Amino acid sequence: MAIIEEPLALTSGEAATAERPLGGLTRPQGGNGWRDWLSTVDHKKIGIMYGVSAMFFFVVGGIEALLIRWQLAAPEGQLLSAEVYNQVFTMHGVTMVFLFIMPLAAAFANYLIPLQIGARDVAFPRLNALSFWIWISGAIFLNSSWIVGGGGADCGWFCYSPNSGLAFSPSHGVDFYAIGLQIAGIASLLGAVNLIVTVLNMRAPGMSLFRMPILTWMLLVTQFLLLFALPVITVALFLLMFDRLFDAQFFNPATGGDPLLWQHLFWIFGHPEVYIIILPSFGIISEIIPTFSRKPIFGYSFMVFSGIAIGFMGWGVWAHHMFVSGIGPFSVAAFSLSTMFIAVPTGVKILNWLATMWGGKLLFSTPMLFAVGAVAMFTIGGLSGVTHALAPADTQQTDTYYIVAHFHYVIFGGGVLGLMGGLYFWWPKIFGHMLNETWGKVHFWIMLIGFNLTFGPMHVLGLQGMSRRIDTYSPGFGFELWNMVATIGAFIIALSVLVFFYNVWRSRRDAPNLPAPGPDPWDARSLEWMIPSPTPEHNFDEVPVVESEDEWWHRKYGYDENKRVVRIATIEEVAQDGSAEGVHLPAPSFWPLVLALGLPLIGYGLIFNLWLCVLGGALTGLALYSWALEPVDDPDADHGHDDHHDDDDGGDDDAAEPEAVTSGAEGGE
Amino acid sequence: MATATIDSPDTHDDHDEHHATSTGISNTKLAMWTFLGSECLLFGGLISTYLLYKTRRGPGPDNTAIPTDIFDIPFTSVSSFVLLMSSLTMVLALSALTRGDNAATRAWLLSTAMLGSVFIGGQVYEFTGFIREGVGFTHNPASSAFFTLTGFHGVHVSLGILMLMSLYVASKQGKLTPKHTETVEIVGLYWHFVDVVWIFIFTVIYLIPVD
Repeated sequence: MAIIEEPLALTSGEAATAERPLGGLTRPQGGNGWRDWLSTVDHKKIGIMYGVSAMFFFVVGGIEALLIRWQLAAPEGQLLSAEVYNQVFTMHGVTMVFLFIMPLAAAFANYLIPLQIGARDVAFPRLNALSFWIWISGAIFLNSSWIVGGGGADCGWFCYSPNSGLAFSPSHGVDFYAIGLQIAGIASLLGAVNLIVTVLNMRAPGMSLFRMPILTWMLLVTQFLLLFALPVITVALFLLMFDRLFDAQFFNPATGGDPLLWQHLFWIFGHPEVYIIILPSFGIISEIIPTFSRKPIFGYSFMVFSGIAIGFMGWGVWAHHMFVSGIGPFSVAAFSLSTMFIAVPTGVKILNWLATMWGGKLLFSTPMLFAVGAVAMFTIGGLSGVTHALAPADTQQTDTYYIVAHFHYVIFGGGVLGLMGGLYFWWPKIFGHMLNETWGKVHFWIMLIGFNLTFGPMHVLGLQGMSRRIDTYSPGFGFELWNMVATIGAFIIALSVLVFFYNVWRSRRDAPNLPAPGPDPWDARSLEWMIPSPTPEHNFDEVPVVESEDEWWHRKYGYDENKRVVRIATIEEVAQDGSAEGVHLPAPSFWPLVLALGLPLIGYGLIFNLWLCVLGGALTGLALYSWALEPVDDPDADHGHDDHHDDDDGGDDDAAEPEAVTSGAEGGE
Repeated sequence: MATATIDSPDTHDDHDEHHATSTGISNTKLAMWTFLGSECLLFGGLISTYLLYKTRRGPGPDNTAIPTDIFDIPFTSVSSFVLLMSSLTMVLALSALTRGDNAATRAWLLSTAMLGSVFIGGQVYEFTGFIREGVGFTHNPASSAFFTLTGFHGVHVSLGILMLMSLYVASKQGKLTPKHTETVEIVGLYWHFVDVVWIFIFTVIYLIPVD
């Protein structure tokens, strides 16, 4: 924050730190320690907070997974009662999807999108902070049901009716599920709006859409999926909440409600959600593989268009989750076909990654190991996915461990391994030091082995007929061996995560004694590598003018007369040194945090006492208007230099009020 | 975002409509369009729910009435007309601000908010009437879906009224000047969207006959 501790006077001569006109907090000026983090609007700090919180919930969800596996290690497991077991597997799924993978992808999106398109921040920095705070308040709200709600939700992560109704789930767990996910959904929706505008509007000169790195493209598609999928789950969650808290009649079959409605609404969201989870990883893989193959990505436009195609087709396959719900032979046939079709663009991506590696000078550093591991594991998961597209086979596999195996290969194998590779790849850019390579490789191999030991045997268990979500099983069905193997594998995965944390700690400890990584330790290709590591607060000293895809690579390499690649500049010659001073950055603000605190209050109010809603609503409203009336020293408010300093208007916040209005529209839903 | 002393000109303050963004559309306007895209799916989900449930009376002799049995189409047609007219006054407010006519801007903003309020008043009247006649929110799937769909729309109109009144107060304080036309335009986008959604809802609930 050093850069803005002494803010520049605006050109009009007005002090940049005018008093906020509405009482309460003054606009913070950065500063130090925790206040800096609580009030930051810097996309990089927000990205780091997303990442750290996501890893925390990875541990929470991981512990829940270990409880499940401990219970199932041998027949007649006694560790958890059936009720608690239901809560644990539900919260494991919800935590891993909504509180780990999505925010970890959001961490990459926040940190990297502005850097990859050559921008100084996202389009709406305060809104970005708001997204994070709302998400974390939703996450804490959701998990607080363990303490104040009489246990976690116990209806499975897709929470089918009528299991989710009061009759079968009388504790408050499902209420916390419905409201907590809505709060987290608001966060993702605001983030999606913000990042879509950022990508479309804030690209550096020359950064046309088809010069953007694949990661930015895949994240853009992800944001569009979030934008359109979240309102659908919002509707479903509202209906569920009205049913449970206000006696509405949506899902109770006894009074004419239709449980299938929930299934449709959930999966219209839920299947795009699968691509929301996997596409960021695809983007990361598409950055890592070319870098470590020393070749440009094979078929750039095919990669982009297959990502877009997945985004579109992802909306036409949801009912393959419902083949045994009695939706009729015509629907089953149609969704069966569309599900097979969506394997095509995914296959294009896999073949393009392989073609990128083909003939390349492969360097198996840790990020590359994770990326290749992710492609291999995703391929296995994708193939078992195609077997689900065949409705007759799927009928046999539904609700067995075969499904559990499939989606863990896709989400853990394809998603988490890719994101882990991304952590190793961008760690030096984010923290200014490398992660230890040896320990990184140890991490990778342990994780890969543990992963396959855990989820590989589940294919067999599923085909043998073991149901998912049963809290225990009797001896003599032939389930013993593979369950034991899977449990051992789960603990090996846990070990690999510990190795990762050890590596983080150790690499940080060793960093001062090692040479600094410099701007571009991997000799990579996109714009974020032309600025120092760690990224300076203002990102770019000078916003680069982009002339080609893989701009940064082309600044380092050219072609000789025989069309062979030759180095034309060293990194030091063409990288920026981060020395720019006096860059005017968006001022921090506490209001996003205050606003986010209001939402869980409303949530608790809906469940326990409606007066709390009034309190939470008042806090939210106060924060919205205070936000809008914050001083103009804020690029988020609508100001230019010669704007709004005319004599005729009081001069303090003429541009800010309108912001109230748009924020109201966005935050109020 | 930032304006650096050493910046090249095109990085200045991308947020401002007077400066170039990559698409030429200002960030706030693009954000509103994006957000409205998301809203389409929200109302899509609610309308689908209503379509599925509109004739579900539920069991039991007390729960037989559904909204389509008792609604008053002429009444709702009038209040729909009022809401649609508010789109006209919204446009007039924008046009007045563009001309720099602050008094007219306020007058039209206020009349837009008033027309919206009349619509909301009509909805409250309709809701209480339904409840008096025994078609409450919890009665059967059809009434739950009806109240949820129209209620969500009502909340959207109410938020729009709040925005309009915020603009009105800003204008009263002299803070709404012709250079803020885009802000009024963006609020207008939201307002028109809410109106357009009502056309669909009105058609689905009141005009398409239930057999």
